[in-house]
Order: sequence, then C-alpha cells, then structure tokens
Amino acid sequence: MSLLKYESQLREPLVDGNKNYHQVTEDIIRPIEMKPSRLWYIGFSISVALLLFGVYSVYREVTYGIGQWNVNKTIGWGWDITNFVWWIGIGHAGTLISAILLLFRQGWRTGVNRAAEAMTIFAVMCAGQFPIWHMGRVWMAFFVLPYPNSRGPLWLNFNSPLLWDVFAVSTYFTVSLLFWYSGLLPDLATVRDRAKTKFRKMFYGVASFGWSGSTKHWQRHESLALVLAGLSTPLVLSVHTIVSFDFATSIVPGWHTTIFPPYFVAGAIFSGFAMVQTLLIIVRKVLHLKEYITVGHIEAMNKIIVLTGSIVGCAYLTELFIAWYGQNPYEWYAFKENRANLFSPYGWSYYLMMFCNVVSPQLFWSRKLRRNITVTFFMSIIVNIGMWFERFVIIVTSVYRDYLPSSWSTYYSPSIWELGFYLGTFGLFFTCFFLFAKYFPVIAVAEIKAVLKTSGENYKVKMTDMEKSDAEKFYIDEVEHAHK
Amino acid sequence: MAGGIKKFVVGSFDDENVLFPAVKNVRKAGYKIHDVYTPFPVHGLDHAMGIRETSLHTAGFIYAITGTTTALTFMSWVFTKDWPLNIGGKPHFALPAWIPITFELTVLFSAVGMVLTFCYLCNLAPFVKKHHFHPRATDDLFVMVIECTDKTNDTELQSFLQTAGAQEINVQEAETGWWIGRYHKEQKLYKEEKGY
Repeated sequence: MSLLKYESQLREPLVDGNKNYHQVTEDIIRPIEMKPSRLWYIGFSISVALLLFGVYSVYREVTYGIGQWNVNKTIGWGWDITNFVWWIGIGHAGTLISAILLLFRQGWRTGVNRAAEAMTIFAVMCAGQFPIWHMGRVWMAFFVLPYPNSRGPLWLNFNSPLLWDVFAVSTYFTVSLLFWYSGLLPDLATVRDRAKTKFRKMFYGVASFGWSGSTKHWQRHESLALVLAGLSTPLVLSVHTIVSFDFATSIVPGWHTTIFPPYFVAGAIFSGFAMVQTLLIIVRKVLHLKEYITVGHIEAMNKIIVLTGSIVGCAYLTELFIAWYGQNPYEWYAFKENRANLFSPYGWSYYLMMFCNVVSPQLFWSRKLRRNITVTFFMSIIVNIGMWFERFVIIVTSVYRDYLPSSWSTYYSPSIWELGFYLGTFGLFFTCFFLFAKYFPVIAVAEIKAVLKTSGENYKVKMTDMEKSDAEKFYIDEVEHAHK
Repeated sequence: MAGGIKKFVVGSFDDENVLFPAVKNVRKAGYKIHDVYTPFPVHGLDHAMGIRETSLHTAGFIYAITGTTTALTFMSWVFTKDWPLNIGGKPHFALPAWIPITFELTVLFSAVGMVLTFCYLCNLAPFVKKHHFHPRATDDLFVMVIECTDKTNDTELQSFLQTAGAQEINVQEAETGWWIGRYHKEQKLYKEEKGY
C-alpha cells in the first residue's frame, strides 16, 4: 500500500459492519426492488398536493398578473427572489460534496454524494421557477436567450448581472445533471443486472445506457469525473458569486458591498449542508442505511456547518462595521435603522437571522452534540430557517425604505398565492426526491465498493489489537506500515 | 468493423488481489485479454492490462477553449459591430463585464462535450444492447474475458485460469461489433510493453 493511499487505523471506517461487495449491492439496491412503504406513499402524496397548490398559485399569478402577490413598487423583490436565492444556495452543497471533496480526496463523500447531487439538481429546478414566473409575461421568457430575432436583431445586455445569472444558473443545472447522471450509469447497470421483472429490466436497461463495467470505460469514467469535478468547483463558486452580483452591482444601500460574493458562497454552502443533513437523516432511517451514512458522516458535515456558519457570522459583522466605518449616511441608515434596530418594522428578522446562523451553529464545537442525530436534525431546520431570513433581510430591509420617504413600504407580507408558490416548490422538490429515492440508488454503490477495502475491513479487530499494545509499539507499527 | 461470431473464455474472480497476478500471468502466457469487467474502478488494472492512458481530458480542454472563443467572439461582435448599445456611456468593448458569461460558456462547452465524447467512445446510449458476459460483473465479480483465436486451445486456457484463481469459468460466443469494444488497438502485448 502506498503512502498516499494509507488510511489511519484510528480513523473510523466509512462503512460500518464489515460488509462485502455483494452485501453493499444488496443493502443499497433492495429498497428499489421492494414495494415502497406506507411512509413513502404518505410523503409522496403530501408533496404532490403541495406541488398542485403551487401550480394553482402560479396559474393565478400568470392569469391575473404579479398583482396576485403583495410585492409593490418599493419592494419589487419580495419573497420571490428570497426564495430563488435560498433554493440556489441549497443546491451548492451537492456540488461541494461531489466536486470539491473529490478533489480533496475526502473518502467520506462517497456515502452522501449521490443524494446530495440529486438535491442540487432538484433545488436548482425549484430556484429557476422564481425568476421565470416573476417575469410576469412568462410567455416572453425566451427573450433572455441570445437568438437572432426580428427586432434588429436586438441582442441582450451582456454587461448585466441579471443576464449573467441566466447563463450561470442554466450552466450550473446542465453540468450538475451531467455529473450526476454519468456517475449514476454504473449503479443503474447494477440494478439492471439484478432485475427480475420485465419493467425493471427494460427501464434500467435503457437508463444505464448499456454500461458494462469494462476496464477502459472505468478509466475514462474516472477521468471524466475528475475533470467534471475540476470544472464544477469554480463553477459553483461562480454561480453564487454571480447571484450576489445581482445585488452588489446595484447602488442600493445595503446591497452595494464588495463582501457579497464570498459571503454568499459561504452562506450557500452553509444552508446546503443543513438541507443535506435534513434529507439524509430521514433517508438513512427510512431506507435502513445507517451503516453507509454513519454518524461519522453526520459529524463531518456538522464540522463544515460550524465553519461556514462562522464565516457567515464574520461577514455579517464585517458588513455592519464597514457600513459604520464607510461613513455613507444612507448605507449606515440601512444597517442601523432598518436592520440592527430591533424595533424597526423588520428588525426582528435581522436578530432571528443572527441567532439561527451565527449563534446556534456554535453548539457544534462540542463533539457530543455534533454526533447527536436529534440535535443535528433540529439544527439543520434552524439553519435553513436562518438562511431564508438572511436573504429576506438582505432583500427586504434594503429596499423597503426608499430614498423618498413617501414611497416607504412599511409592511410587506406575502399573499396566499406568493406563499403557495413557495410551498409549491417544496412540493416539486420533495416529489422529485421521493421518486429519486424510490427508483434510483441513493448511495453511489460503485464508489462505496471502491473505498470499502481501504477503510472498513476488520476495523474493529485492528482497534482491539491496538488497544492491547502499548503506545510505543503502536507508533512503530504505524510508521513501518506507512512506509511499506 | 465487420461483425461475426467470436469465441471467448470467461473467467470470474471474486477478489481483486487474485485478479492482478492473474491478469499478469495470462498476458505473460501470450493470451489476449479482450477485457476485464469490474463492478467498480479497480485502480491500476488499466496499467496491469497494458491499456494506454485516456486522452479524454485533452478533448475536454479543446471543448473548453472552444467555449471561451465562442463567448468572447460573439459578445465582441454583438457589442462592437452588430448593434453597439450605449450603456451609460461605457465602452462598447467591455471585457471585464464579459468574464462571467465567458467563464460559464467555457465550463458548459467543456462539460457537455466531454460527456458526449465519453458516451461516444464507450458506446453508451439509451437502447444500446450489448453482450454482457456475466450479470454479476456489476455486483461483486471481476470478469476476465479472453478472446480465442484459431491457435488457442480453450481447454488448456480454462485450466490455466483455474490455477490462476478464477472461481467460475465458461466459454461464451458473442457477436463482435462496434458495441463490444475495439481495445485490441489500445492494448499492447506484454512482450511489446516489456521490450522483449
């Protein structure tokens, strides 16, 4: 074993329970081959119901116009763009797990990457809905594409961050989809080769593109995964950077700050990991995958949450400090009166954001709490709420008090159709996720098998042996072993 | 490539640590390995089989610079020649403002191009039917497929595989065609590789 591949014996195994290759296949593929549980049907029905409510809300908005929402001239970007940024941020964790952790050779990603990538795709799908329907005259949506038209051709404004967003989000969606699906091919082939029923044989036969597992194909597959990871890493950073440009390149007090790109990216990863936790804690329980998505995985993600949460907290304070230090009266007013003043109309949302995103994740400095599933699940919800409020604070508290006091919009709350649209995207997200969990392997089977031998085998035996031997001998063994 | 029925000797291994020496011995004995099918990427197996490195990443780079050029050329043409818009009196050739779109198109072209090339090279597409030598090759077996030529004595080869540690050995006939792969061009013979 080379030094680079060496895995410390003290590190927890990535897969518990001394599995062999066939058991891994069995454990992960079995839920696909069984009838879904009652819980699945209940969850799926609720999701479809929410989706239908969302479809109806959008129908009202398209038929009667944006007036169905409570946005007004002062607060033009209300819940709608808040939700857009929130969903797109959630998507970022999937790419971080699948791409950045692949480049950093983090073996633990294999347990969670498939589900996280699926989450990315569904979250980006949900995010895309908001700017599209916000256009109002949605039948003109194709105007955002640069195509030769009969109006000149009058091209698009390539200098506008809103157009950059169109390119960034659509590229992000395409690349994530390709990355996800190319990784799925070998696992779909595994399902195909085990299939007993005619439907399953046909469906997975088509879906697996005739994957055979040839050595040459694997070689290309690995090269493809590595380059796609290399491309996705700057891509994911660019996407939220560009989303932040939507705000930062404007001259609205509260938006016009250079800290936005890194602050948005850290926030996106923060909220994305929280969503991954919410989903995977449910998945590992419902599909009995506790040996694959171990407490070690949960802990690793909690570490990222405490890191990114603290970066976000640092950004909040920097932003506040610079607003004061910059001595621009409008900027300082936006921070002092619209946000930091608890008794201003939206002051509560600023403190809620601070509490959820900065204070509460600090619990995860404690190893005991990091490894507690209940605490983690609860925290993941708190963080998601906090990150939604971050976007709400940025958008609404910056614009509701205009330069002209007569156009101040002191209270904005969403209409039922605005709320319905948001709930509808939850419906879309969970409908897709339930279908994914039923018909696709939620864990990357082939990737788990590839890390199985280096990390899991006879782990416990080694640990007992080591506990017996003294520290000095242990050190010698470790060093000798490493240099073999 | 012309089709035709070919005979293959198929040996399945259940441990990659047995597979590696077996691959080496089979190649040393002068047999031609058609392919080894594995449930997951076994690192170093491509080298053991004498398969050359893939140049897929080079293709990715070419697609990437195509994307960069397309984006920059198109935006420059639109804003300086076809319809120069006056946006707040800023320069028409606004290179810094075009960086985001240029970057996105670079990534998009590269990713889409690479995936399509990958599917093309590996003959992957929906509705493609291939001959699969062993259904457990995607589960827990490492399936070595050796092509029989006129000179191959397949009983001898089978017992050779048995000693090499194969768990299951059989002879299969499969129609050769583009979908079965054309790695005879990729692989070097063991003698060529070692220089004797």
